[in-house]
Amino acid sequence: MSIFIDRGTRVIVQGITGKMARFHTADMIAYGTNVVGGVVPGKGGQTVEGVPVFDTVEDAVAATGAEASLVFVPPPFAADSIMEAADAGIKYCVCITDGIPAQDMIRVKRYMYRYPKDRRMVLTGPNCAGTISPGKALLGIMPGHIYLPGHVGIIGRSGTLGYEAAAQLKEHGIGISTSVGIGGDPINGSSFKDILEHFEADDETHVICMIGEIGGPQEAEAAAYIRDHVTKPVVAYVAGLTAPKGRTMGHAGAIISAFGESASEKVEILTAAGVTVAPHPAEIGDTIAKVMQKEAA
Amino acid sequence: MDIHEYQAKEILANFGVHSPPGALAYSPEQAAYRARELGGDRWVVKAQVHAGGRGKAGGVKVCDSDAEIQSTCESLFGRKLVTHQTGPEGKGIYRVYVEAAVPIEREIYLGFVLDRTSQRVMIVASAEGGMEIEEISANRPDSIVRATVEPAVGLQDFQCRQIAFKLGMDPALTAPMVRTLQGCYRAFREHDATMVEINPLVVTGDNRILALDAKMTFDDNALFRHPQISELRDKSQEDPRESRAADRGLSYVGLEGNIGCIVNGAGLAMATMDTIKLAGGEPANFLDIGGGATPERVAKAFRLVMSDDNVQAVLVNIFAGINRCDWVAEGVVQALKEVQVDVPVVVRLAGTNVEEGQKILAKSGLPIIRATTLIEAAQRAVGAWQNDLSQGSNMRAVQ
Repeated sequence: MSIFIDRGTRVIVQGITGKMARFHTADMIAYGTNVVGGVVPGKGGQTVEGVPVFDTVEDAVAATGAEASLVFVPPPFAADSIMEAADAGIKYCVCITDGIPAQDMIRVKRYMYRYPKDRRMVLTGPNCAGTISPGKALLGIMPGHIYLPGHVGIIGRSGTLGYEAAAQLKEHGIGISTSVGIGGDPINGSSFKDILEHFEADDETHVICMIGEIGGPQEAEAAAYIRDHVTKPVVAYVAGLTAPKGRTMGHAGAIISAFGESASEKVEILTAAGVTVAPHPAEIGDTIAKVMQKEAA
Repeated sequence: MDIHEYQAKEILANFGVHSPPGALAYSPEQAAYRARELGGDRWVVKAQVHAGGRGKAGGVKVCDSDAEIQSTCESLFGRKLVTHQTGPEGKGIYRVYVEAAVPIEREIYLGFVLDRTSQRVMIVASAEGGMEIEEISANRPDSIVRATVEPAVGLQDFQCRQIAFKLGMDPALTAPMVRTLQGCYRAFREHDATMVEINPLVVTGDNRILALDAKMTFDDNALFRHPQISELRDKSQEDPRESRAADRGLSYVGLEGNIGCIVNGAGLAMATMDTIKLAGGEPANFLDIGGGATPERVAKAFRLVMSDDNVQAVLVNIFAGINRCDWVAEGVVQALKEVQVDVPVVVRLAGTNVEEGQKILAKSGLPIIRATTLIEAAQRAVGAWQNDLSQGSNMRAVQ
């Protein structure tokens, strides 16, 4: 199966009664995602988009056997909802919410480590577009039609830049095994390295594409991991070559504050680790196509 | 969000972190009066701006008399202070802080940051206080002491003692140093700070530990639960365009170039800037209008981008996911009818319903330059700008 989600994966939506969540729940169901319920405290017993609503994640898991969760809960309550999912035995959680306080995320990460590795939930996001395994399941807010099924695994911080990459690949007739948004926040559930591990072990993924940006140590950490552990070809692009130092560029995490955090330094570090770096964002698709041709030859 | 030094010191004082006695002034006369109130015969006059490096830029002066305070303040008030952190435009001085000068035995650097590698709060300290942390890590990396805080239990006293001993502090100062570190951590945690920096933290001649400077930055995402911190926002210290954008829920950063950018999504916005540069132009701004590119947001974005006099062409790059291209196109058309845009406008739409979107742009009769790919959009924007320059501004399309 593809990483994290598959055709049958049972999904619940936390905060399902909100306008955004309702809209995207319908969209996910239309895509073929197996949405089995939703959770909103105090609204248990209602039905939204044809699925039952529960008061707690625990109830939802008991009644539906849910394995994955999508969090649409507003920022002040989102961290609590993620911890609730981790406690209820959810295996994979995507948090879309943008604007969660960083210290809340520190607590979430600490809380998740209470569980031994085999029972520990994988979290991607927050502040991401979600995860899609084209033709199988969509857990997020991305437009499903721009992704062809195939063998490129995408990991990206940004939503729309990820769409840009998927659309460029579609132009080349190249498909995607799974696209994972890790989000633009400084403290995130999974890093590039965490997702690289999954793609390296995934039979359906032949080439990995990493879309990074300025700020934070995660691209450099990924580079070291790729150099030592990844056998599959990796293509990368790092956004923000023109970004000034010390300024936050939209994403809370996109700020160059230390050595090695600028786009050009990240490009250098990734290139040294054997990653093929797309020279500019319009060439992500071309670069992957070339790497795939070389692999096939 | 940043606050002023005197405000950070007030907050830290509530957590038992002490500073020399001081007072705020809004005029040279008030500053001299405050100094007399404080007493003593030597004071430090400090320009209150949201930036580090004030000392080197002439924003901090030691004064020995009323007259000196007055003349120093006269040279500070109303001036723009340019430090290595402010950019060339500098930051306006509207408040000064007058502080009693203290005899300094030694200077320590102390910082609390959100460490993105450990994803925890990290304490960074060095016996080489007074220098910027960048300088310390470049010249004396061996002098840096670090400790991370386990979030479930918080900062422990033994960690504070370790720091005190590693900094080579007098054992008699261990207890007050533990109190200082614990106080900073509690201030950091309870106010959702992302940074607390005391540089220098000094040991005085009479063996007291005092914060001579203090800087605090807060997590914008957590301001909803700290109304008393939100109130400290000082718009005089922000780029007026960025403040306006923030008030309208747009994320904007002003830059030096002349091609204005309107993009949905932060990553795509940075990628668009990079592509403009590649095509031979310079972006005038970073602007993320967010996922839902409603007509109102697009119109707001145009107003904001056009408020920058340097803008000589505008590039709109929208990758429509859930928000369809036809809807975005209608927004662009509406915005161009509402907002006076007298420079070339290039629009690139991609994603859901792209053909319908293109049709709407074409049918509008507006002189919109259309593009289908990112690189094409950047090249056309740069081309239109260069063309415009060579033909003179009278050739600009006026709506």
